[in-house]
Amino acid sequence: MTPLIINKNILKIDKFIGGIVLKKILKLENISKIYQAKNGEVEALKNVSFDVKQGEIVSIIGPSGCGKSTLLSIITGLEEKSAGKLYIDGEESIGRTDKIGYMLQKDSLLEWRTIYKNVILGLEIKKIKTPENEEYAKELLRKYHLYEFKDKYPSQLSGGMRQRVALIRTLAIKPKILLLDEAFSALDYQTRISVTKDIYTILKNENVTVLMVTHDISESISMSDRVIVLTGRPATVKKIYNIEFDIKDKDPLKVRESPKFSSYFDSIWKELDVNA
Amino acid sequence: MHKEKISEDRKKYLRKILIKKFSVIATQICILILFILLWEILANKEIIDSFITSKPSEILETFINLSSNDLWLHLRVTCMETIIGFSVGILLGSFIAIMLWWSDFLSKVAEPFLVVLNSLPKVALGPIIIVWVGAGTKAIIVMAVAISLVVTVMEILNGFIETDKEKIKMAQTFNCSKLQLLTKIVIPANISTFINSLKINIGLSLVGVITGEFLVSKAGLGYLIVYGGQVFKLDLVMTGVIILALVSTVLYGSVLLLEKLILKSHKFGN
Ligand SMILES: Nc1ncnc2c1ncn2[C@@H]1O[C@H](COP(=O)(O)OP(=O)(O)OP(=O)(O)O)[C@@H](O)[C@H]1O
Ligand SMILES: [Mg+2]
Repeated sequence: MTPLIINKNILKIDKFIGGIVLKKILKLENISKIYQAKNGEVEALKNVSFDVKQGEIVSIIGPSGCGKSTLLSIITGLEEKSAGKLYIDGEESIGRTDKIGYMLQKDSLLEWRTIYKNVILGLEIKKIKTPENEEYAKELLRKYHLYEFKDKYPSQLSGGMRQRVALIRTLAIKPKILLLDEAFSALDYQTRISVTKDIYTILKNENVTVLMVTHDISESISMSDRVIVLTGRPATVKKIYNIEFDIKDKDPLKVRESPKFSSYFDSIWKELDVNA
Repeated sequence: MHKEKISEDRKKYLRKILIKKFSVIATQICILILFILLWEILANKEIIDSFITSKPSEILETFINLSSNDLWLHLRVTCMETIIGFSVGILLGSFIAIMLWWSDFLSKVAEPFLVVLNSLPKVALGPIIIVWVGAGTKAIIVMAVAISLVVTVMEILNGFIETDKEKIKMAQTFNCSKLQLLTKIVIPANISTFINSLKINIGLSLVGVITGEFLVSKAGLGYLIVYGGQVFKLDLVMTGVIILALVSTVLYGSVLLLEKLILKSHKFGN
């Protein structure tokens, strides 16, 4: 059994399941964003509030251009928010933070570096290339069957493998929260389904907290514990679905066959359709 | 059986390619020999005036005589000036390009100046350069730099600006500094841009040096050519031009060699 996690600040403890206390590792309070551009203002987010608990996988889904990427950029501090409050790991976060790993749609592996050198890029940039961290990176490569390719170059790997390397590059910095922005949408359908499963396994094994943006309703249901549906631009939270299957050891492929899956699918689909 | 058949076809295919390649080279050599022969014969039969056109045998003679005289000196002077001008152009150009990439403000300010300087025929700066740095080797090197610098800056800056935005964004997700962005992403992503500007630059530097030598020098291939023209020794002019062609080929070849070395140390997959 996982031991009880005792939080310094008891007020932040929020959920209690089977002896495990889950704390809110990410909390957004009325986040708003207005972009200033030459041809006027663009209101991208309006009073977005939700939270993500330790170890959860949460999906964000919404019409295209509604402000999903903006939301993730604000959480990492790549973009400044216009209003609202952001708490990461119990502390208010202003500006850039090292607690977050952010994985984009494109793998953006550097073709002049070997796979291993690509994986430790984040460690180099953050100046945390310690032997322990390098060992952790190697261990991740080993665990997910990429170690034998460590001295190869990105062009020698398939799309699915490259995406896994990109994930390991992000995990190597040991982020408290992992943000995925349509991380699988550049892959073809077949690869995508199998990579989704691989990555789900990695995420659960490494017990990372994940907030992911996706266009794909099935993906959001099969991978996450909760699905947050956003409205069109400016995005606000429209509805939050708790995804619960009665299956032990949730498997994103098996889950798709469950009757509950299609009922979730239908309600989320309707929720999105109204916006369109 | 099957395998053998394929290799038979493959052999045929390879032979075909080889023959094609060989016939191209053979034709090229034939044309060259024919041209030289024709030139020599026409000059000998006085169909063309060898005073104006010179002739191959005379050029060869001059060539041999020059080697015992100052050919090496002229060659050395021109090569030295070109290599110095080339190196200064590349280093200074890269430095300026990095500064302009670093500061958006600076590059906005510099843009119209760069455009004007780029279209200005740099030869026109000759007299100014001579007045400023004196009529000597320095002026020739400055001329070479003047001709190659703006092109280098623009080429490298363009490459930097066009660096894959996704890669930059990826690096930023790790909170990288501007210096890290430069050294870990932008420069390595632009190795081929650098190599390209090396290739352009070596030619331009040579143009600058010869132009400079036309204007001021007392030695060098440019001087040799101008001097030959002034005293109506066309064989000297022709010899100078031919040596210059060889020099530029060798210099370009060295850049290609450098490219191979750079690419080897900066290995790409496959
Ligand atoms: N730097 C910026 N300046 C001005 N407007 C911007 C900027 N970045 C994004 N926007 C605008 O903000 C809105 C939200 O953009 P965002 O990329 O967050 O949407 P998204 O939901 O991620 O879209 P997609 O589904 O296409 O990925 C869009 O209308 C976009 O044009
Ligand atoms: Mg987006």
